[in-house]
Amino acid sequence: MTDTVRSGAVVSQPIEYEGGVRSYARLYATLIRTSIMEGFQYRVSNYLYMIGMVTEPVIYLVVWSTIARGQGGSVEGYTPGTFAAYYIVWTLVRNMNIVFTPFGWEERIREGQISGHLARPLHPIHYDLGNFAGWKFVVIVLWLPIAAVLTLIFKPDLDPSIAQIATFAIAIWGAYLIRSMLLWILGMVTFWTTRVSAMFEAFFAAELLLSGRLLPMTLMPDWVQTLASYLPFQSTFGFPITALVGPITNRELVEGLLRQVLWISIGALGVRLMWQRALRRYTAVNG
Amino acid sequence: MSELSFGFRVAWRHLRIGVMNELQYRANFVVQLIQSVVATGTGLVVLSLIFDRTDQLDGWTRPQLLIVMGVFTFVGGLIGFVIEPNMGRVMTDIHMGTFDYVLTKPVDSQLLASVREFRLWRLTDVVVGGVVLGWGLSGLDERITLFDTAGFVFTLIAGTILIYCLWLALTAGAFWVIRMEMVQELFTGLYRAGQYPVTIYPSWLRLTLTYLVPIGFAITVPSESLTGRLTTERVLITAGFVVFGFALSRWIWRIGTRRYSGASA
Repeated sequence: MTDTVRSGAVVSQPIEYEGGVRSYARLYATLIRTSIMEGFQYRVSNYLYMIGMVTEPVIYLVVWSTIARGQGGSVEGYTPGTFAAYYIVWTLVRNMNIVFTPFGWEERIREGQISGHLARPLHPIHYDLGNFAGWKFVVIVLWLPIAAVLTLIFKPDLDPSIAQIATFAIAIWGAYLIRSMLLWILGMVTFWTTRVSAMFEAFFAAELLLSGRLLPMTLMPDWVQTLASYLPFQSTFGFPITALVGPITNRELVEGLLRQVLWISIGALGVRLMWQRALRRYTAVNG
Repeated sequence: MSELSFGFRVAWRHLRIGVMNELQYRANFVVQLIQSVVATGTGLVVLSLIFDRTDQLDGWTRPQLLIVMGVFTFVGGLIGFVIEPNMGRVMTDIHMGTFDYVLTKPVDSQLLASVREFRLWRLTDVVVGGVVLGWGLSGLDERITLFDTAGFVFTLIAGTILIYCLWLALTAGAFWVIRMEMVQELFTGLYRAGQYPVTIYPSWLRLTLTYLVPIGFAITVPSESLTGRLTTERVLITAGFVVFGFALSRWIWRIGTRRYSGASA
């Protein structure tokens, strides 16, 4: 409380009860603003992190461009140019996809940080969503020069329509929400057991193969594509990337967005149920 | 007793303590084993996706790429067993000001700083990597000569030492800038590039991955010696680069330690 009072602006007016939507909006605005400022303070370490991350798509890009060239220029319609577009867009989508890690739950629980969250009036996921959303704005700014360099080196073949650009702009935030909630649900398993790392690694391996993170899904065997269509992973990688890179019809764009809405609803429900059960397991000493 | 043999005895003692420590947590072995199997399994799936489309990647056949993957996992296990934990501890010590305890001991500080922590169970990667390597070797058509084997062992040791030198130099960077955790992330990211021969990458990246981040020396060159690609010239370059890398990183370490000032001492 003392912090709020000391910050000046708030002092002049008494704290009033605000409507639900307004208080959410203010919470998010504050969280986003704070994390943007924080993000720019640590821009060097943010950069090192991003450069390490860029290796992954560059590996895939080089390997699959090599194969495309060896096959007379293309694999399933993907040329080195379209692969380049896919994996450069990938780097932005991946950055949007970095959310609170499931490995972080162990510390949250061990250090009793959950207790602090319980004292707050809103569901704790809002604090993570707001925090990381702010960081995304920093990431997008830092990403631009990396994208420019990659574009100069790999010469991507990218020609999206207005509808594709608009869908992409929405879909990356949809992907962000879905992956945030998925990893929250996964991370909360830590309330039941601490031997979670093998399970998390298995999850990430499945995600790698079923999301379009490793390869455009059309290059996967048919049964993998069928399996993936029932799972949420594609909504977080393959769909946003393909939305911008193509080939994709307007109908598929709308379907993809609707599928994201579906997974956001399922995710929100999952987070809610899991959190309720997890709290029953939680006890803190001196928290 | 000479200083060197004293140093080795200290290292040996630390290794024994470290191993005993880790043996208390046996369930971690199972967890680590699952992780190694998942990672290697994913790698194998990726290889099969590649070879669904083609029968060679820039001249490397499937068994040859299996060898590269085996060496990649093997060396990764060694890094996780001894290099990463020790260097991580040095960074924390510098950060917290507890690095004093290393400097005040009557042993060479670089040696002591490199042998204090061991993650025994990361050796599962060494075993899994060895299995994949063996599998790749059994699929080769050509026979492996004595020269190839000797070249493999030599370049593997040399390459691993080079990775250690890079880590040491990066860790020593913490004497100047304190916050170096992101450097670990950066290395882990770049290390993944070693899953494939560095020769497939465009030249700017290949040169980076060979001379700046010596993954080329640690993974590709040993794999080349098992697939009939190694030349005497390459062996000599590797030997020369190890001497250079070791001297350079030790020099950086020395300047760094001289710069260090503890808060509590």
